[in-house]
Amino acid sequence: MSEPATADVQTGSPPPATPVRGPLVFRHRISTRLWHWLNAVTIVVMLMSGLTIFNAHPRLYWGQFGANTDAALFRISNTPTTGFIEIGTLRIETTGVLGRWTDSKGAQQIYAFPSWATIPSMYNLALARRWHLFFAWVLGISAGAYLLWSLVNGHLGRDLAPRTAELAPSHIWHDIKEHARLRFPTGEAALRYNILQKLAYVSVLLLLIPLIVLTGLTMSPGMNAAWPWLLDLFAGRQSARTLHFVAAMLIVGFIVVHLLMVVLAGPFNEIRSMITGRYRLPLERAPSPVPMPESAS
Amino acid sequence: MSRIITRRNMLTTTAAAAGSVLLTGCDELGRSESFRKVLHSAEKLTFRTQRLITDRNALAREFSASDMSPIFRANGSTMPRASSYQQHLSERFANWRLQIDGLVQAPRSWSLGELRKMPQRAQITRHDCVEGWSAIGQWAGARLAPLLDAAVLLPAARYIVFHCADEIGGAPYYESIDLVDAYHPQTILAHSMNGQTLPVAHGAPLRLRVERQLGYKQAKYVMRLQAVESLEDFGKGRGGFWEDRIGYEWYAGI
Repeated sequence: MSEPATADVQTGSPPPATPVRGPLVFRHRISTRLWHWLNAVTIVVMLMSGLTIFNAHPRLYWGQFGANTDAALFRISNTPTTGFIEIGTLRIETTGVLGRWTDSKGAQQIYAFPSWATIPSMYNLALARRWHLFFAWVLGISAGAYLLWSLVNGHLGRDLAPRTAELAPSHIWHDIKEHARLRFPTGEAALRYNILQKLAYVSVLLLLIPLIVLTGLTMSPGMNAAWPWLLDLFAGRQSARTLHFVAAMLIVGFIVVHLLMVVLAGPFNEIRSMITGRYRLPLERAPSPVPMPESAS
Repeated sequence: MSRIITRRNMLTTTAAAAGSVLLTGCDELGRSESFRKVLHSAEKLTFRTQRLITDRNALAREFSASDMSPIFRANGSTMPRASSYQQHLSERFANWRLQIDGLVQAPRSWSLGELRKMPQRAQITRHDCVEGWSAIGQWAGARLAPLLDAAVLLPAARYIVFHCADEIGGAPYYESIDLVDAYHPQTILAHSMNGQTLPVAHGAPLRLRVERQLGYKQAKYVMRLQAVESLEDFGKGRGGFWEDRIGYEWYAGI
């Protein structure tokens, strides 16, 4: 007779990603799940409508002012045959993607970001601003409420705040190596965020989202009159616009890594846990590989 | 190995499909009148919230001469074609007068010389285009509030409409602001820019400066002021040329 856990595998019709099944446990509370999905929609709309707004003037500056004749830190532009980005004096050709690309009807376009990356897909600054400035409210209110609720219910202090021991360079290095080998936490440890997750989530929640909200407000001439300290904090409206773009790109970076980790860690189990809150706990790894009954036969 | 590729293909296909559904979905939503109404509701929320947290007289930041843009970009109309404007321009606006009418007790007009004798203000401020760029320049002109007081607004007046000499695509440019902005200390009708007579490209003879809003509110070539109760009777009723034409916000404080 084999052990119950193994028998479970043999009776299950499709072979699961993990050889043996752990218990289904509760991992994400309702506030986290709700905010996650609302935020997923909001951030995607903000990013894509933001790219349309960027297309209206695809240049970034530092300081209080900046327009076409002023030196740009970054720009997306085109020659008669190519598209390129320019960071300082470094020029990188991006033909086909940025600055010069072909739309779905086969026509050449010279907007900075291509239609598959923008809302609306055809350039319309007025409509993009409507999307952006509506969902800015959703982002601000939902992130504020989530932050406040996470403070109240202890999520921030208990689950997200890194412990001193976790911040030891040796511990962080160990986690990086484990991630690089795609050896993700198992057993009880999979119920807690590891230090890399904590740092990523805390950076987004406490740094990137506040930064993007405040730099967004700094671009508002009305808010400049109401809260002039915003201009001092970010060294001017054009600096704030640049930081807003950088923060947006860092959020894109977070999303890419986040989605990659979900896929690598088992998309079904991970997505289920963010919908129902329940997560199938990966069993503890045995110290040495245990041969499976199938491979023995 | 083949399984990995299949899975990767599946993921790419799913992502591409999700992306195109998202895009066409958003485009469809953007075309829907009722959804646009939902999106447009944010303008009122932003307007009310900014008005709530902002002192009516809170000033836009003023800069020093050393902060000014080396070149101030001229945008939009740079030379009105109307023959009446061309006539005034050839006379260096010697026979030009600014009119005020509508819901006022004493409709009247001022020559440029008379406007220069009204209470003046000079300010170095930042001009923010809706497209994203900013330029800092110095503006000098007659404060709007004393002009309105001279004409005596009727109690029903809620907005000031600025009628302009330029046309874009055959439609006359116009803009409007409410009385909070009209009476703001930095709201001026500028006749000078960067220490010189206002150039034609920047709106000669007179340009509105309403410093807590975006560039398209800074109407150039202002010919006539009209005090009104509602903005419905102008253009498509949205309060300004670009508001009517492509749907920019009437409240451009953000």
